[in-house]
Amino acid sequence: MLRYTVNRVLLMIPTLLGVAVLVFFLLRVVPGDIVEIKLRGDGGSVTQETIDMERKRLGLDRPLLTQFGGWMVGMATLDFGNSMWTERPVVTEIAGRLELSLQVAIMATVVAVLLAIPMGTMAALFRDSWIDYTVRILTIGGLSIPSFWFGMLIMLTLLALFNWLPPITFTPIYVDPIANLTQLIWPALAVGYRYCAVVARMIRSSLLEVMNEDYIRTARAKGVYERLVIARHALRNALLPAITVIGLEFTFLIGGLVVTEQVFNLNGIGQLFVQSVSRNDFTLIQGMVMLIAAFYVFVNLAIDLLYAVFDPRIRYNA
Amino acid sequence: MTFVSPSLPAAKPRQPNVYVDFCRQQPLGAVSFVIIVLMMFAGIFSPLVAPYDPLEIDFASLLAAPSADHWCGTDAYGRDICSRLIYGSRTALVIGFTSSFVGSTLGAILGIASAYFGGRIDDWIQRFVDILLAFPLIVLALVVVAAFRKFTVGGVDVNLIVAIAIPILPRVARVVRSAALSVRVMPYVDAARAVGYSHTRIIFRHMAPNVVAPYLIMLTAFIAQAILAEASLSFLGLGVTEPTAAWGLMLSGNAADFYRQAPWMILFPGIAISLAVFAFNLFGDSLRDFLDPRFKV
Repeated sequence: MLRYTVNRVLLMIPTLLGVAVLVFFLLRVVPGDIVEIKLRGDGGSVTQETIDMERKRLGLDRPLLTQFGGWMVGMATLDFGNSMWTERPVVTEIAGRLELSLQVAIMATVVAVLLAIPMGTMAALFRDSWIDYTVRILTIGGLSIPSFWFGMLIMLTLLALFNWLPPITFTPIYVDPIANLTQLIWPALAVGYRYCAVVARMIRSSLLEVMNEDYIRTARAKGVYERLVIARHALRNALLPAITVIGLEFTFLIGGLVVTEQVFNLNGIGQLFVQSVSRNDFTLIQGMVMLIAAFYVFVNLAIDLLYAVFDPRIRYNA
Repeated sequence: MTFVSPSLPAAKPRQPNVYVDFCRQQPLGAVSFVIIVLMMFAGIFSPLVAPYDPLEIDFASLLAAPSADHWCGTDAYGRDICSRLIYGSRTALVIGFTSSFVGSTLGAILGIASAYFGGRIDDWIQRFVDILLAFPLIVLALVVVAAFRKFTVGGVDVNLIVAIAIPILPRVARVVRSAALSVRVMPYVDAARAVGYSHTRIIFRHMAPNVVAPYLIMLTAFIAQAILAEASLSFLGLGVTEPTAAWGLMLSGNAADFYRQAPWMILFPGIAISLAVFAFNLFGDSLRDFLDPRFKV
């Protein structure tokens, strides 16, 4: 187990390195950089000299490999550089937005899991009944309705019923919990529907599989109440695959809220991403891609290790 | 010796018909297939089906409510929303099909090759797949679209297709690889190698036909995802651009300013996206149950 863990952690390095190479060169193949957008953006005429000076100041005139090396060395010492646009450290820029994105992601997870467990369980227990069909249509609906449009519908309803529009500024939860929750519950619901659908489908199919296992028959044969059989024996095992999709969807939400944030006027990681891409803010884009990739890799590892913790039958051999 | 009673007509063996079986076993799948066919019909014959020209600006009827003249109302330029939806199905289908096909096919080839060669090559391909997977979907699309700007062939955004196809590739590669691993150990693959066939021939002639089921299932499922991705990217202003009729685009820009005055501007394009994606998802789902009940995506 220890060997396996060490091995997996070591395997993260080439993956993250690959992501770094990919994003770094992808951004630089394209002609045009931040300097032009910054100085020529509003159509003002700027001499080539000024542009060259600004490039030099930002280090964009150095050879690509030197730039890449510099960035790598920086990251190894946990220095992600400064945003080329605001000049503030990338870490500060991201931290400010991460709070909001994380909170929405967590709230969406809570909503999704709370709804998905009963939905998935009922669908599996009453397979091919009207309950199963309803859940199936509801969950495929969740996979099909774009969450940004669902968000728009929520807004439309709130506007029509309560004349409520999302506030322009974000209130952190420790400042005013009620204002914070009323602001974030709607985007959380909008993305939570899809999330819930994914999890419920997974619970349904894995529960159906588990119900055929010998230990379920044994439990029933020895006279355990059906309710206990399901809660203790079946659901416990069926939830394992669900953990995987919960983890993956959660990482997706950290960077994937882009469109929903736009709809609800939220200044999260997604918006920051769109802004920095349109500004060609290389350092900031790189920092965010690395953050999201690292998050993904760690969550994946955590899931695999959790499997072994929850299911003693699973043993990893390095 | 066989003996057949002459007085009784031989029981007519039921002709196995895949389509009939599919409709019987998967009624929901059949319904979704009908929706897909209708959508394709609307997309191919848009000029004949659409009541108006989707680009025709009519200042006499700005933001008109749904009526007998304009079934789904008109937008801020007086363009008929129903006609734009019909033309939009063309955009959605072309981009959805192409990007899912490109992504799934390349992914499948990569997955089979990975399973077939094994060892070091397998390790390298899996690392590559890991890298692509760690790159967040929408982020990858944002970077690709922003990086390659506008590049169209025959009116279709190639960069948009690439942006949507890339994230599909590693996901299909993973699933197809695991399916191909079990094909890899089949005696006929060993036999083909013993005969001395080339790697390419074995991969395409012997392995590929045996992983068609997961490939087809993933392909349909990803058409749904691709349509959704196209809508999201167009909504963000990174996909199809005005004045082309595209569903995601119809929801973006000033559509949100008319929440109160013209909710139909938001309602109908969203319904179109949802219905299309719903149909492909449901069809993919039924196809999976039909072809391989044990297969899970």
